[in-house]
Parts: sequence; structure tokens; C-alpha cells
Amino acid sequence: MQVKMTVNGKLFESDLAPRINLADCLRHEMDLTGTHVACEHGVCGACTVLVNGDAVRSCLMLAVQANGQSVVTVEGLSSDAELSALQASFRKHNALQCGFCTPGFITTAHALLTQEPNCDEDRIREVLSGNLCRCTGYVPIIQAVLDARVAYQQMGVK
Amino acid sequence: MKSTDFDYICPSSLEEVIQILDQYQGEVKIISGGQSLMPILNYRLASPQLLVDLQGVADLNKVSISSEGTTLGARVRWVDIENHDGLRVSQPLLCAAIDHVAHYQIRNRGTVGGSLVHADPAAEMPGLAVALEGILNLHGPQGVRRVHAADFFLGQLSTSIETNEILVSIELPFWPQDRRWGFAEFSRRKGDFALAGAAVWFDLASDGHAMNVHIGLIGTGEKPMRLLSAESGLNGRTLTESMIESVVHQSLSAMSFQGDIHASEKYRRALMLEMVSKAFAQAMRPIN
Repeated sequence: MQVKMTVNGKLFESDLAPRINLADCLRHEMDLTGTHVACEHGVCGACTVLVNGDAVRSCLMLAVQANGQSVVTVEGLSSDAELSALQASFRKHNALQCGFCTPGFITTAHALLTQEPNCDEDRIREVLSGNLCRCTGYVPIIQAVLDARVAYQQMGVK
Repeated sequence: MKSTDFDYICPSSLEEVIQILDQYQGEVKIISGGQSLMPILNYRLASPQLLVDLQGVADLNKVSISSEGTTLGARVRWVDIENHDGLRVSQPLLCAAIDHVAHYQIRNRGTVGGSLVHADPAAEMPGLAVALEGILNLHGPQGVRRVHAADFFLGQLSTSIETNEILVSIELPFWPQDRRWGFAEFSRRKGDFALAGAAVWFDLASDGHAMNVHIGLIGTGEKPMRLLSAESGLNGRTLTESMIESVVHQSLSAMSFQGDIHASEKYRRALMLEMVSKAFAQAMRPIN
């Protein structure tokens, strides 16, 4: 089926089998391998991307369902020039070890801080409960997101 | 795992959807948010010939509130309920329960209709539909069929919807502002399905006795249900903590609970008593 969507600001067009989920489409059709696939049934959060600004699990969405929509992956949240606020904060707080879950945490936290720049720690904990990390024990991740919040508040709602 | 192969169609009207359902007779699945269906497809528990996507069908994502009650379109998402100020007033118990549904990312796509037709007995929405005496509007080739939630759920992941019908909306009866209500659930991790959950509501007569007592149970048995024997044991009485506990305890003792890898039968029964008691404690808190 013919599919057309915007991915990280660029138009993507392809003829896709309907069964291909959005995560596999991003990884295999577009070589955007920053989106990680782990559980494939909506439990781990590693594959989180933004669709029209909302954080969604890309393993639980068909690529054909993203037809006409705007998708942003973890690649779209960084530049080659310098670390983003969340990246710098994750680095500062040692909020990752193996890094497998990190793209999911970054995309989820970005959606949250963009939509709710004044969210409190309880809200951050609640939202990040949808992402699994087997290395850090979560505390550094919460601290990193809390710390990056200041940058989003200064940016205003983008 | 990956799903089997299927065709996909994204029609633009309800009539078209019903026509396709009628034509394919069970070989078709409807997809909206996909938050229950996609795992089922990925596990290959279902392998439909065709998926019908509802995102092109207008008007299925409406919330309407009137003096008759509240109607939720099948494509209303959890995040829509969370952000709807009017619903906090018109259906406070529903909103409190929906706050427990799944995680942030899933709440951005998961829908009321999807959860109802998926019919997981541990999910909040089917339990609330039964506890609130909701009516489901099913559209098919012969027109609209209105089904009480209590008759809709037949068992684990099983409902009375026909293969050529689609759930369009659920109606919830009018909710008076002074109605007392409480909701409590326990899951092992935040956002997981409930091991046990209870939604309770009742009205208070002028002399202080309880009327219209409703106790909805989530996460027990084959389908969402009400604890009818305890409801009738509490109706017309002035509620106290100890009376509630003894009546509910007696009713739960007569019910069968299924132990599994997560919790024994005994634990589940004790947990349910705790959840119902907690929900009643909330319901009886003084109104400020």
C-alpha cells in the first residue's frame, strides 16, 4: 500500500505491506535505527516515537496508520552540532548504561516536557513508568528529566 | 513476533465499514488505536484477512454530556477523557478509574471502544461499563442495537457483538452531583492490568441510608461483574465500615476466584475485599 508521511521533517513515501509496524518501517525502510524494538507488544517503551507530537509506541501502530501524519524519532531530537538539553542531562546524571532503552526515554520525556513543561516529579515518575530500564534503577533518569525541565521551561512550549 | 499478512482498508464512512464487516463475515478485524489488537496480531492470536481502520470515519471521537447522561464515542481515547474537564463533573467515577488505564504512550492511542470490544475482565473500561449500567450502541446492516453492558460481556475476551456489527458509542446514565463514589485497584506495577479493582457508588436518602448501591468488580472471574448479593445486603441501610466489610466478605466468600501464577485464590479474594473496602471508604469521605 502506498504510504506517505513526514519523518523528522522529511517526506517519506513508499509502497508498504500493511502488516509492517511503524517501528520496523522506521528501522528497515528508512535506516532510522535509533528507534529500538524489544518487547513488540507495548510493554517496554523502547520504541517510543512522536506522532503529531504525541508519544506513542511504534510497535503498536501500523506504518500504514501513519499515512499523512508527522513522525519524529530520537534522531529528529538531536543535532550533530551539540547535545540537546535531554541528552546533556542524561550524560550529566549517568542516566544510561547500556543505552538500549534510552531512545524511548528521550522521546517520552521530550513529549512530556514539551506538553507539560511545569510537570512535577510525581508526574514524571508516572509518565516514565511506561518505559523499562534494566541498568540504572531509574533514579538517575528521573533526575535527568527533572534537570532538563528547566531548559524546556525557558524554551517555552515549542 | 510479527503479525501474519493481511489487507488494510481505511474507509471514510460508517456505512462502508458495516458493508465490509457484512461481506467478510468474521475474517475482518476493526483497528483504531490498536493498543489491544496489535499485541494480539503480533502474537498471532488473531490472523484476520483484512483490517479496517476507523481513523477516516468522522464523529466517532465525540464526548457529549447532557441532562440525560454522557455518551462516549468508540474512538474517544484515554487521554481525551483525562483532559476533559466536563467529564470530571459528569462522570467522576469513570474519570478516577480511567486514570489507572495503562501508560502514557498507550493512553495517547488506546480507545474506549477498543477496550470494550476487547473485553479483558481485568481492564477498567469494561468493569466501569457494567458498574455504571452503560448501554452500548452497536451498528449493523439491520440498524442500531442497544445492549446493556451486563449483557454485552460473555466471558474472557468474548462479547455479544455480531461479526457484522461495530460498536459506535457507550451511553452512561445521568450522574447526580451528590452521588457518593469510590474507586480502588491494585496492580503489581503501575499501568498493569489490575489483580483486583472495585468501583462503588450509591445515593444517600435524606435519613442517611444508602440507596442504589452498586459494586463493580474488576480483575476477577471471566468477565466484569457486580457484587449483587452485597449490593442488596447494603441497600436501605445506614452504612458503617464494619457492616460493609462483613456483608462484602460474606458475598466474596460465596464467589469463586481463580488462582494463577500471579496470585493465589485466597490472596485474590482477600485483595478484592480490601479494594471494595477502600472504595467504600472513599465514597463515605465527608463532602467538603
